[in-house]
Amino acid sequence: MSLLLVLPVIIPLFTAILALLCWRHINVQRGIAVVGASCLMVAAVTLLLTISDRGIQCVQVSNWQAPFGITLVADLFGAVMVVLAATSLLAVTVYSLGSVGRALEAVGYYPLIHVMVAGICGAFLTGDVFNLYVCFEVTLVSSFVLMAMGGERQQIEGAIKYVTLNLMASAIFLAAIGLLYGVAGTLNMADLATVLANEPRQTLVNSIAMLFMVGFGIKAAVFPLFFWLPASYHTPNVAITTLFAALLTKVGVYALIRFFTLIFVGDTGLTHTVLLVLAGLTMITGVLGAVAQTEFRRLLSFHIISQIGYLLLGLGLLTHFSLAAVVYFMGHVIIAKTALLLLSGVTQRISGTSELKELGGFYKESPLLSVVFLVPALSLAGIPPLSGFWAKFAVVKASLEAEQYVMVVAALAVGLFTLYYMLNVWAEVFWKDRPVDHPVVAKAPLVMWGPMVAMGILTLGISFGVDPLFQLANRAAFQLIDRQEYIRAVLGGAL
Amino acid sequence: METILAIVIGGLYGTGLYLMMRRSMVKLVLGLALLAHAANLLIFVGGRLVRGVPPLVANGAIAPPDGSADPLPQALVLTAIVIGFGVQAFLLVLLKRGYTLMRTDDLDDMRTTET
Repeated sequence: MSLLLVLPVIIPLFTAILALLCWRHINVQRGIAVVGASCLMVAAVTLLLTISDRGIQCVQVSNWQAPFGITLVADLFGAVMVVLAATSLLAVTVYSLGSVGRALEAVGYYPLIHVMVAGICGAFLTGDVFNLYVCFEVTLVSSFVLMAMGGERQQIEGAIKYVTLNLMASAIFLAAIGLLYGVAGTLNMADLATVLANEPRQTLVNSIAMLFMVGFGIKAAVFPLFFWLPASYHTPNVAITTLFAALLTKVGVYALIRFFTLIFVGDTGLTHTVLLVLAGLTMITGVLGAVAQTEFRRLLSFHIISQIGYLLLGLGLLTHFSLAAVVYFMGHVIIAKTALLLLSGVTQRISGTSELKELGGFYKESPLLSVVFLVPALSLAGIPPLSGFWAKFAVVKASLEAEQYVMVVAALAVGLFTLYYMLNVWAEVFWKDRPVDHPVVAKAPLVMWGPMVAMGILTLGISFGVDPLFQLANRAAFQLIDRQEYIRAVLGGAL
Repeated sequence: METILAIVIGGLYGTGLYLMMRRSMVKLVLGLALLAHAANLLIFVGGRLVRGVPPLVANGAIAPPDGSADPLPQALVLTAIVIGFGVQAFLLVLLKRGYTLMRTDDLDDMRTTET
């Protein structure tokens, strides 16, 4: 049992080490990477099924009892996140076989993506604030290298901004940890939840909460801290962008959700109202930014930001139903987004460009590609019966129940704009004829098609399997909102 | 002692942010390094400063003496320093690479990826 919680961190780390040992043999590295990602997938699903079956599980590392040692905890939300991370990693690893190319593969591409996912899974499973910081840094350092890999001018420029802003976020996060330890005398999350509940200096706690909000907000690309994202995400290889878009900002959102459901719930009138306002502004700036873009991946980068807004909205409302909506939304957005970004890579490979103006004619040339675009694109825009519709429906319903009518209007308007620019992409990339001066330059290999189509089918799967999946999200939300089960699982008899 | 350190930390933050807001890449690195130091000192102070009472458990006792220094923040700071060191080394290489590619130290000249 305890092994199961450690596996999502150990497997990608071990895969990375094995791949490093085979530095010169790229084909062997490829094999190891795919096998490692598949093993992670199996471990993640097993973990989710176990948690779903037996409730929250935790491991006290080296048998140091909580709150003194490092605790690994897996609740349903964490386990769902691990499964989503494993899914994206598997899809991107297979896709990379065709899209990344020898130049990057020879300088340690596969070890790096696996180390990054090890950090991400660690962040989803840790029950200790400082350990979360370490996992963040593991993730960041590997993402820095991935971002700069290839060394083009654009990439270096993007990477400088990305690295600077993320280091600032880490410094703020670290400062917040120091202050939190000074106030509470513990960094175990479950212990913090109990200690801070009896803390009379609420103003001090609120200030610390705000520091955490800024630190995580930069990583999650929340308004007004998102500028690094559209300046950097479109510069590296498509496979790298996809992995970043699917997972990195979501780690920030995950941390926000964990902190503002478990630890900082003493003054929700302040903290969660701030979250709500940020959510609305993030949604709107993201979608307006996307409408103005003329490059495929830059458009999708802005789109990430607007979706972060929806996730924050659910968190800000802090009701059982709104959190369930967030969990389902998270699954929807990671899967549909991965599908779309992988598709943007295929169109780039075929046309040699990703400027919307220079693309075209794909509807005539490849009906399959058109379907694979339409499913996730319409899903993200919120067209029934696709997953995005259910996700947005739930978020809007939760806002209505909480009588946050401004948010309802914002959420619906953002959906409308999303539909507008997705149709714009459709018109530019698929509907209009291929520009004569930009002919087809290459064919996309089967390993790029496979994961893309699979993620498209998965989008359909979560659309039609909404009933059982939403029930799962519901249970995950119940564990988030009723903190007692989490605290009991970690501290056990110490309570 | 805490007051002095608080002023030092404030000074480090101020200087770090000031350096970061200049346009030079070198000052950016220095600024980030100062921010990291400020955060590390903050954690150190967060554990309360105690002089002359090391948290050593005496022979036969089961807990360190009353009012002993808290060793945990020092462990945290050590971890943070190691991580910060690695990250700053990477940043230096990145900026060196940026300089050879762009032949400029001015951050305002690096705007081709912005929108």
